[in-house]
Amino acid sequence: MEQSSNIARRKFLKITGITGAALVLGVGFSEKDKIARVFNMSADAGQSHELTPYIFIEKSGVITIMNPKAEMGQGTYQSVPALIAEELEVSLEQVIVKFTSGQAKYKDQSTGGSSSVNSNYFPLRNVGASAKEMLIIAASKQWNVPVAECYAENAKVFHKPSGKSLTYGQLAEPASKLDVPQKPKLKDPRDFKILGKQVARQDIPLKVSGKALFGIDAEVPGMLYASIERCPVLGGKLVSFDDSAALKIKGVQRVVKTERVLGKIKYMGVAVVADNYWAALQGRKALKVQWDYQGYDQFNSRDYEQSLRVLSKKEGLVAHNEGNFDRQFAGAPHKIEAFYETPFVSHSPMEPMNCLAQWKDGKVEVWLSSQGAEWTRDTIAESLGISKEDVYVNMQFNGGGFGRRILQDFAVEAAGISRAINKPVKVIWTREDDTQLGPFRPMTFSAMKAGLSNDGKVTAFQHKVISPSIDATTAAKYDKSKADETMVEGISSQPYEIPNMKNTYVFSDIHLPLTWWRSVTASTVAFPHESFVDELAVAAGKDPLEYRLEMLTKPSDTKRVLTKLKEVSGWDKPLPAGKGRGIAQWVFFAGLCGHVVEVSKQKDNSIKVDKVYAVIDLGTVVNPDNVRSQVEGAIVMALTAATKDAITFENGKTMQSNFHNYRMVRMNEMPVIEVHILAEGGPVIKGVGEPGLPSLAPALCNAIFAATGTRIRKLPFDLNKIA
Amino acid sequence: MAELTLTINGQTHKVDVDPQMPLLWVIRDFIGLKGTKFGCGIAQCGACTVHFDGEPIRSCSYPVAGAVGKKITTIEGISEHIDHPIQKAWIAQQVPQCGYCQSGQIMSAAALLNHNHTPTDADIDAAMSGNICRCGTYQRIRRAIHQAADLINNNKTA
Repeated sequence: MEQSSNIARRKFLKITGITGAALVLGVGFSEKDKIARVFNMSADAGQSHELTPYIFIEKSGVITIMNPKAEMGQGTYQSVPALIAEELEVSLEQVIVKFTSGQAKYKDQSTGGSSSVNSNYFPLRNVGASAKEMLIIAASKQWNVPVAECYAENAKVFHKPSGKSLTYGQLAEPASKLDVPQKPKLKDPRDFKILGKQVARQDIPLKVSGKALFGIDAEVPGMLYASIERCPVLGGKLVSFDDSAALKIKGVQRVVKTERVLGKIKYMGVAVVADNYWAALQGRKALKVQWDYQGYDQFNSRDYEQSLRVLSKKEGLVAHNEGNFDRQFAGAPHKIEAFYETPFVSHSPMEPMNCLAQWKDGKVEVWLSSQGAEWTRDTIAESLGISKEDVYVNMQFNGGGFGRRILQDFAVEAAGISRAINKPVKVIWTREDDTQLGPFRPMTFSAMKAGLSNDGKVTAFQHKVISPSIDATTAAKYDKSKADETMVEGISSQPYEIPNMKNTYVFSDIHLPLTWWRSVTASTVAFPHESFVDELAVAAGKDPLEYRLEMLTKPSDTKRVLTKLKEVSGWDKPLPAGKGRGIAQWVFFAGLCGHVVEVSKQKDNSIKVDKVYAVIDLGTVVNPDNVRSQVEGAIVMALTAATKDAITFENGKTMQSNFHNYRMVRMNEMPVIEVHILAEGGPVIKGVGEPGLPSLAPALCNAIFAATGTRIRKLPFDLNKIA
Repeated sequence: MAELTLTINGQTHKVDVDPQMPLLWVIRDFIGLKGTKFGCGIAQCGACTVHFDGEPIRSCSYPVAGAVGKKITTIEGISEHIDHPIQKAWIAQQVPQCGYCQSGQIMSAAALLNHNHTPTDADIDAAMSGNICRCGTYQRIRRAIHQAADLINNNKTA
């Protein structure tokens, strides 16, 4: 018994790296009622795999909080531990934050869907509140005073009448002997010191001094570097390779085959392993590789676009049906139709994909930037055919994610190479690899139809989405007989009161790897939807903002957002000639935001984006300054996607390769951004990372229409070339 | 291979590397200073920006042989206690998100402020447009540069 407990303890120490913790609290599911509860794990730390430790308090007073969410810029390094720290009555300066490592017990460590704060808001506050109550009870026992006379503050428990105090470190051990309170009292939001406040992020000093460690910065002794040559035509197969020239380059040690796994897609590659990265790159250039393109060199994105246009004539699978669209549309006095197109795009986080893997005795340890420690663990285990317990993940800061680091193809490559050569190896993708190899956001087209009454009211509405499917390209099974919920997400949940609506989906097959991109489908379907609503307002001869409000007679969050936008943007103030403003909003799974964009026509007929007003609706806000930061960033990303470059293919090859031809918005193109937050408190907590993105493109294009009369229906477009 | 002597952040380092190897990889993987980042490899994004005698260069596209005899400064060398006016302003404005490009942004901004203590928005556009931030922190970078300039000027008069 003692032995097994020692093993468990050692395993636990390996998991957390925390040694002398006296009080450990975690979350688990109660066997009895299956409800998530807080458990005391101090005595048998780590023995039970069902329990998830979150707080460690050592006798020395060191407090460690486990963070199951990746930090990729969105601020979870601060916002998630803050949930615990607030209730525990400690400041974030007083705690150490550690990332979890993919252990099954932490369950969902995936980071996406703008869900990090809202999914943890109550569970993690409960953990903090339970620990605080136990520490207070321990102090009251020690002093032999009533609990009601004690309170916690600044990592200490105080006795109010006498003023004496004990630190959490001094109380950790006696507290660990106590029962965990089943319903700890949560703080009144009015008493919050961290949540809802402008709190500085703890990662920022690290990030302004070069001290933050990203995946690419990880090192272990004896580590080698690898660069991988993969088929330039996605879908092609490796026939043979000649590595004789590569092996002659000084520093090159090995050349091995690799496998890149993206769900059901598997690509072969040839890795050049060297004692420095430059040598690996030189070796890679010297490889002679024969590929069988499997016919995919016939693929051209221009043809694919045309095929989607043809497919748009199909009826489509019904995603949503309300009233009788067909009859109402057929009988409508005014019929409006429009076709919108959005392209393939790349995520292009600033940190190229990379992973350091160390294979040893049938187990593998990895260091990487990933959006989900357990995704990394599970994908490596499955691909290498080893057990999940034999994969250990060290999460580093992510140099951007945007959905790209959900897929773990680069981690599988690194783990596989390390196993093949039995040495630690760091795989680093080049920017060209990152831009050209996907996974990409799916090209998505929309066929819009609406019937208007004589007084301009929408009586029938249809949004038909025509696109390839993310699930179909990567998931093992895909049901083509049903409308793909993912690819039509949000188009049927806009709160406009329209009586007859039929939204449909037309599936199109593709061989390319596709995946989620910041805000997922909202990033492609909000543009047609909200641009089309603008077209309807124009057809009805009405102000686009008022037109929307007229379709929102009942109270709704969207109505509040639009009303706020009207106020903060000075919507009713006329603009001088040559300027225009546009509005759009989007409510979807991650949350709700709206934008007003102001543009001006320049002397050379180009368009300048002058100002963007954003209103994000949150319910409850954890860090307002970080929310503004996220919305500012989402606007820039949306502006890039709308006005810079698409990913296109000719003869199967990606035509863009690096930032000179897959361009990003830069400093000199920045509009002024003003972000407003609607947060009236209450139980609703909406997402932050994604909602600031979808409505930017339609608001921008609506503004350009207002300024120039030109309606943009295809992204991307060039701000310098608008008629 | 060639034995080269580099002066980085006031210290001399001897390295035995391919003279064509970009300075970036020498700084990161031979000297071990990880703050300078790899973003594009073709001097398009600025994540690898370091200073040669106070002027910004893109270390990803600069053969290490050309760095011999230069006074090289990396992000680790601009202050000992994260108290360079630019770092202070960057923290005050809460500029970084993912942070990956920020070493390069800060090095470009530091070079601008080295010879221009009153940069206009146009000066900032000119000096900073070679640095990409995919997280979109440009508005905060602009504010932080103005704030850092104020900090420098207030110190001068104080």
